[in-house]
Amino acid sequence: MGDWMTVTDPGLTPESKNLSQYTSETKMSPSSLYSQQVLCSSIPLSKNVHSFFSAFCTEENIEQSISYLDQELTTFGFPSLYEESQGKDTKRELNIVAVLNCMNELLVLQRKNLLAQENVETQNLKLGSDMDHLQNCYAKLKEQLETSRREMIGLQERDRQLQCKNRNLHQLLKNEKDEVQKLQNIIASRATQYNHDMKRKEREYNKLKERLHQLVMNKKDKKIAMEVLNYVGRADGKRGSWRTGKTEARNEDEMYKILLNDYEYRQKQILMENAELKKVLQQMKKEMISLLSPQKQKPRERADDSAGTVISDVEEDAGELSRENMWDLSCETVREQLTNSIRKQWRILKSHVEKLDNQVSKVHLEGFNDEDVISRQDHEQETEKLELEIQQCKEMIKTQQQLLQQQLATACDDDTTSLLRDCYLLEEKERLKEEWSLFKEQKKNFEKERRSFTEAAIRLGLERKAFEEERASWLKQQFLNMTTFDHQNSENVKLFSAFSGSPDRDNPAVHSRPRQKKPHSVSSGSPICTSKVAKSLPASPSTSDFCQTRPCASEHSSVSVLNITPEETKPNQVGRECTNQNWNMASRPGSQEGRSSGCSATYTNSHVEKDGLP
Amino acid sequence: MNFSEVFKLSSLLCKFSPDGKYLASCVQYRLVVRDAGSLQILQLYTCLDQIQHIEWSADSLFILCALYRRGLVQVWSLEQPGWHCKIDEGSAGLVASCWSPDGRHILNTTEFHLRITVWSLCTKSVSYIKYPKACQQGLTFTRDGRYLALAERRDCSDHVSIFVCSNWQLLRHFETDTQDLAGIEWAPNGCVLAAWDTCLEYKILLYSLDGRLLSTYCAYEWSLGIKSVAWSPSSQFLAVGSYDGKVRVLNHVTWKMLTEFGHPAAINSPKIEIAAVPVSLPALKPAADRANPRIGVGALAFSADNCFLATRSDSIPTAVWIWDMRELRLFVVLEQLSPVRAFRWDPWRPRLAVCTGGSQVYLWSSAGCVSVQVPGEGDFQVLSLCWHPSGDSLALLSKDHFCLCFLEVEEGVGTARARGSC
Repeated sequence: MGDWMTVTDPGLTPESKNLSQYTSETKMSPSSLYSQQVLCSSIPLSKNVHSFFSAFCTEENIEQSISYLDQELTTFGFPSLYEESQGKDTKRELNIVAVLNCMNELLVLQRKNLLAQENVETQNLKLGSDMDHLQNCYAKLKEQLETSRREMIGLQERDRQLQCKNRNLHQLLKNEKDEVQKLQNIIASRATQYNHDMKRKEREYNKLKERLHQLVMNKKDKKIAMEVLNYVGRADGKRGSWRTGKTEARNEDEMYKILLNDYEYRQKQILMENAELKKVLQQMKKEMISLLSPQKQKPRERADDSAGTVISDVEEDAGELSRENMWDLSCETVREQLTNSIRKQWRILKSHVEKLDNQVSKVHLEGFNDEDVISRQDHEQETEKLELEIQQCKEMIKTQQQLLQQQLATACDDDTTSLLRDCYLLEEKERLKEEWSLFKEQKKNFEKERRSFTEAAIRLGLERKAFEEERASWLKQQFLNMTTFDHQNSENVKLFSAFSGSPDRDNPAVHSRPRQKKPHSVSSGSPICTSKVAKSLPASPSTSDFCQTRPCASEHSSVSVLNITPEETKPNQVGRECTNQNWNMASRPGSQEGRSSGCSATYTNSHVEKDGLP
Repeated sequence: MNFSEVFKLSSLLCKFSPDGKYLASCVQYRLVVRDAGSLQILQLYTCLDQIQHIEWSADSLFILCALYRRGLVQVWSLEQPGWHCKIDEGSAGLVASCWSPDGRHILNTTEFHLRITVWSLCTKSVSYIKYPKACQQGLTFTRDGRYLALAERRDCSDHVSIFVCSNWQLLRHFETDTQDLAGIEWAPNGCVLAAWDTCLEYKILLYSLDGRLLSTYCAYEWSLGIKSVAWSPSSQFLAVGSYDGKVRVLNHVTWKMLTEFGHPAAINSPKIEIAAVPVSLPALKPAADRANPRIGVGALAFSADNCFLATRSDSIPTAVWIWDMRELRLFVVLEQLSPVRAFRWDPWRPRLAVCTGGSQVYLWSSAGCVSVQVPGEGDFQVLSLCWHPSGDSLALLSKDHFCLCFLEVEEGVGTARARGSC
């Protein structure tokens, strides 16, 4: 309660303001003192309330009380307690219903107010604690502020001191500068003074010298003399010459001659150096061009303009090389050309080298890791293997040593052992001889076998030829049939496909056998084949051409040749489609084995040309 | 490697004749001429006083002996032992004397550099050259003996006069843009004259024979400048050693710097195969408060084949640096136990002889380094050395003795004490 009072008393908070409003309005009532207390105090004391109410309304003042209440209530916006008056002069009646309603409403209001009051109280408490907290904070901040203020003052003081010091130092510096200036001035003045004095003294000294000279020389000092037994000849054997204008001119000439010689010598040296440098440049250029030109072929496809410059460069160079003699003249333009082209080449080279560097670094970056890992694994495996081997070898050696020792232990004396050793050697020799003869026999056998193989191969080739011819004739028949019966085309095609499936599978099997053997068994395998081809082909221009291009052909192309030749030899009566199909077939083996050679391609070309002829 | 017996010597005066046949040496006031091979005494001349300077004429026929204290020059003939010539400079005094390249004239510089007197042995004629400048190297002949360049000082400014030696006629005379000319030197081809300023300023000027200024080079300002200058025998390089401990090599085409060789006390160039890289050399701390501080490159010499340049930095006096001029890099550093007194290249081969004031002589070639002990009782302290013109023998000079070292056997036996090889 006491707390409550203290809170309301200051009259500053909005809640208390509200209260004061209430009170100000209740003050109008006669028992305002009480009403204030009613509003302020808590309700629960019902007795008190009764007593208050009873005190408010007595028997005598009912009317007044009612009217007062009515007044009050109407001012508060309640409906009037009296009934609606019909006339002004008639006395108004008390409306019980209204009174009751009012009372009810008042009670509701009262309850609401109580609730609100409670809320306000709790809020108040909360606010009170908040405020405490804030006050604490405030105090703390105040303290902080104080300390920082103090600090600031300290810093300001220091700043001031430093500024003071700085000013002093500046002053000192200025003083020093002044001092230096002064000293420099002093030095300068002293130097000038010294020089002046020196000059003065030197003049005096010169005067003295002059005087002395006069004295010494004018005395006709007999002592100053040269005693010589006889004059000697000049070193060059000539006589001294008189001093004349001529000699003077000659001296000048000679001097200039000497200077000229020197300059000429130097110029020669410089020229030589220049020539040497030019040679180096030329060499460099040549080398650069030779180095860069093959590489330029590739980039030409990518960048036409650069390639163009290169070409022009090369042309230029060719031109320049022919003018090589001109270089000695060190003509301005020639020199410029040379340096320019060198610069150009150099730039190209540089960019190329940079590119290479980049590539190398890239490769390094990319290829390092996995390679490294693999190699390490390999390495480890290898080392393990090797270690194992070493172990085994060691064991072997050990056992061998043991055996040897045993043998040695068993051996009676040296002679016998030596004899034994000889025996061993002889035995070994015998054994080796035997082995040798065996080996020779084996070799012979091998050779025999090889011969038979080659023969077989030749036979096979012949057989193959025969077979091919047979097949060709059969095919011919087939084609002829096909052309005669157009409606059977589809069937034929089917047949062909079926046919091409099986014999083609056969074909490589048949032909591949000799092919595979040839390189091993017959050293001149391919020439034999070509000769066979030549033989098998009747003299037709295309085949002879083909034979010329043969060296690069594989065995496959020969197969295709064999397949096709009958077609070619045959007069061009066959329709175009048929030959095409045939050609397809012929080229099939190559495609099946996935070894299509360039020659077969050329062959197809020639064939196509042939087709185009009719 | 053979050594001759030890002969007496004074004032380190021992010289081979230019033709290589004779060896002249001085003992007090006596001049001894020996056969350079057998060392037998051929002639013995007696001068009027202690000899302070000797010089062979270019044709090896005459020897000049200067007796500066008496202001006298005595000339002896090898062909005619009876012939003699005495030149007295009288009260003018004498500070320098030298032959002209023709071997028939003697140039005497009087005291205070009042003048140079040119005495002829052929005629009575005497020429005077006034205003010679007293400097490090104010008089230089071209290699072919045609021209003489002379530094002069007139009206408080430097000049160079070029004379034709055949008749002592003035060919060119020009003022040089220097504060205080310190030296002049002809290029071996006789067409370029290098003139350098005093050490207070780094400045080197290059003049053509006809007096045109070809180029000026200045590496830095304010600090002490050039200390030594050397032309390569091919006239291709001009090496300039300076007080900053560096050698700058100029080229003969543009006269710009080709490269710069530093002489640091700690070497860690990986290109040199020394025992352990970084090697530190004992460096002297220069006394800053004294004149002529012991810093900078004080000695430079090119090998006869132009391939090597030997240098000595005065702040590291125990080391001789040899630079490869073909690759322009440090080739080897020879570190000795004591300060290097002198080093000379073989006149024909790329072979360097070094002496350090000890009893050893060090020979370096690109094949290696040899140190040879001079035999004989007592301590023979090699202070200086000179090569025979053929490069076959070497005269080793101590304070009062000399001996010859014959080098028939290339790279004889010896213990290589010098650190560093190639």
